[in-house]
Amino acid sequence: METEQQNPKATSEKTQPKLNPDNKDFKLQAKNVDVFYGDFQAIEDISLDIVDNSVTAFIGPSGCGKSTFLRLFNRMNDYIDTFHMNGEILLNKKSLYDESVKVEELRKTVGMVFQAPNPFPKTVYENVAYGLRIQGIKDENLIEEQVIKSLKQATLFDEVDSLDKQALALSGGQQQRLCIARALAVKPSVILMDEPTASLDPISTAKIEELIRELKEKYTIVVVTHNMQQAGRISDNTAFLYMGRLIEYGDTKKIFTNPEKDRTQNYITGRFG
Amino acid sequence: MAQLETEINLLNDDILELMYLVKTQLEKCRKAFMNFDEELALEITINEKRVDALELKIDRDCENILALFNPVAVDLRFVIASFKINSDLERLGDHADSIAKYIMDFGEPIDEETIKKMRIDEMFDTAIEMMSNIFSAFIAEDTDLARKVFAKDKILNEINRNISKITAKLIKSNGKDIQQYLYLFSIIRKLERVGDLTKNAAEELIFYIEAKVLKHQKDKSKKRKESDDS
Repeated sequence: METEQQNPKATSEKTQPKLNPDNKDFKLQAKNVDVFYGDFQAIEDISLDIVDNSVTAFIGPSGCGKSTFLRLFNRMNDYIDTFHMNGEILLNKKSLYDESVKVEELRKTVGMVFQAPNPFPKTVYENVAYGLRIQGIKDENLIEEQVIKSLKQATLFDEVDSLDKQALALSGGQQQRLCIARALAVKPSVILMDEPTASLDPISTAKIEELIRELKEKYTIVVVTHNMQQAGRISDNTAFLYMGRLIEYGDTKKIFTNPEKDRTQNYITGRFG
Repeated sequence: MAQLETEINLLNDDILELMYLVKTQLEKCRKAFMNFDEELALEITINEKRVDALELKIDRDCENILALFNPVAVDLRFVIASFKINSDLERLGDHADSIAKYIMDFGEPIDEETIKKMRIDEMFDTAIEMMSNIFSAFIAEDTDLARKVFAKDKILNEINRNISKITAKLIKSNGKDIQQYLYLFSIIRKLERVGDLTKNAAEELIFYIEAKVLKHQKDKSKKRKESDDS
């Protein structure tokens, strides 16, 4: 593998992930991961540790493998016929791809929010209750309690006049927060977000970003974003991927002020990509 | 070329233009002072308006780039450094303007021996060399050259430190030229500030190129490699 050129206009300080002073554990870990779709190699030998109770952003040009890499953490790539991988993905130091792992159980722990809000054509209440119902919870009081709690966490509760309102009648930003509430209802510990504000206006984007900052107190959040300023605003650590390889990973402040690698600098300053 | 790159290049050109203008103002100061050329001194005060106008333009350009292009990393450092260097250059221009006004106030040529005793010619030469260094360093993005101004600034500081005693001695020995000595004393103070501001500009240039903050550090002359290895 070719070695990455150092950034000529930078200190020689190495880029390192910023650890959480209150929780030094790594929630998610990738160890020498290769991903293939048939013959095409989408990810090449990536190793990376994601800090617990933090926000990690994946940035990089389209097709660099960041969404593929994100989807490894809740096994979303399993649906793709030609997908196969080498290496290990660990959650709380246990392999996610172990035969004993039940994917349905995994997705309770690792929730996901997608680029376009995708609520079900049901009421606000039923959207959030959905995950709990398929878990087999029948106690309506418990469900209601959890729905309200999740909507409050997603800062949506005060904005909807009735929980019986149709989800599709909400604004785009509200729908996205509803999807976040739906993910939170099943009490995950990790939330993956694939360009969660790509289709939202600046005000809705600001609300989601504020929410992400609040949620990291309790959850580990990994966000794929094309918006560099957003990565700077919300994340503690940033990983820059290029053509399936991890070029640089570490403290977001360092990456955006004094990146170690030339390619990172060229990408974040808009000189390529 | 990305629009941001174009904007950064235009900003770079404007900073260079201002730097060259201020350097020329200082060179003219030296000439006007040594030759007691009041016309040239007047020209300096007129040119000061160009310095101010260019400073305002650069301020506005920096603000626009920050607001419209959200620069990061090396681009952000360039805009921040340019913004600060711009302010340093404007103040350098002010000092050149003040020196020119002193020259016009003298009313008669300065005795060469007094100039030597007060080491004003040496101060002018050193300050202009520092400006030349920073000008060339900015063009070539040469931080070693930028670092040369730190040592030169020490010469200006040393002359400035001793000037009170020398001036007092001159006044005691020749009371009739007190006003002239006080003018010269003021010029020395101005040139000492010229050194400080040029040093600030060098620090900003190094911050842009090496991402290293040298402000408030004692040993600024440290080479890039040495400090990285430490």
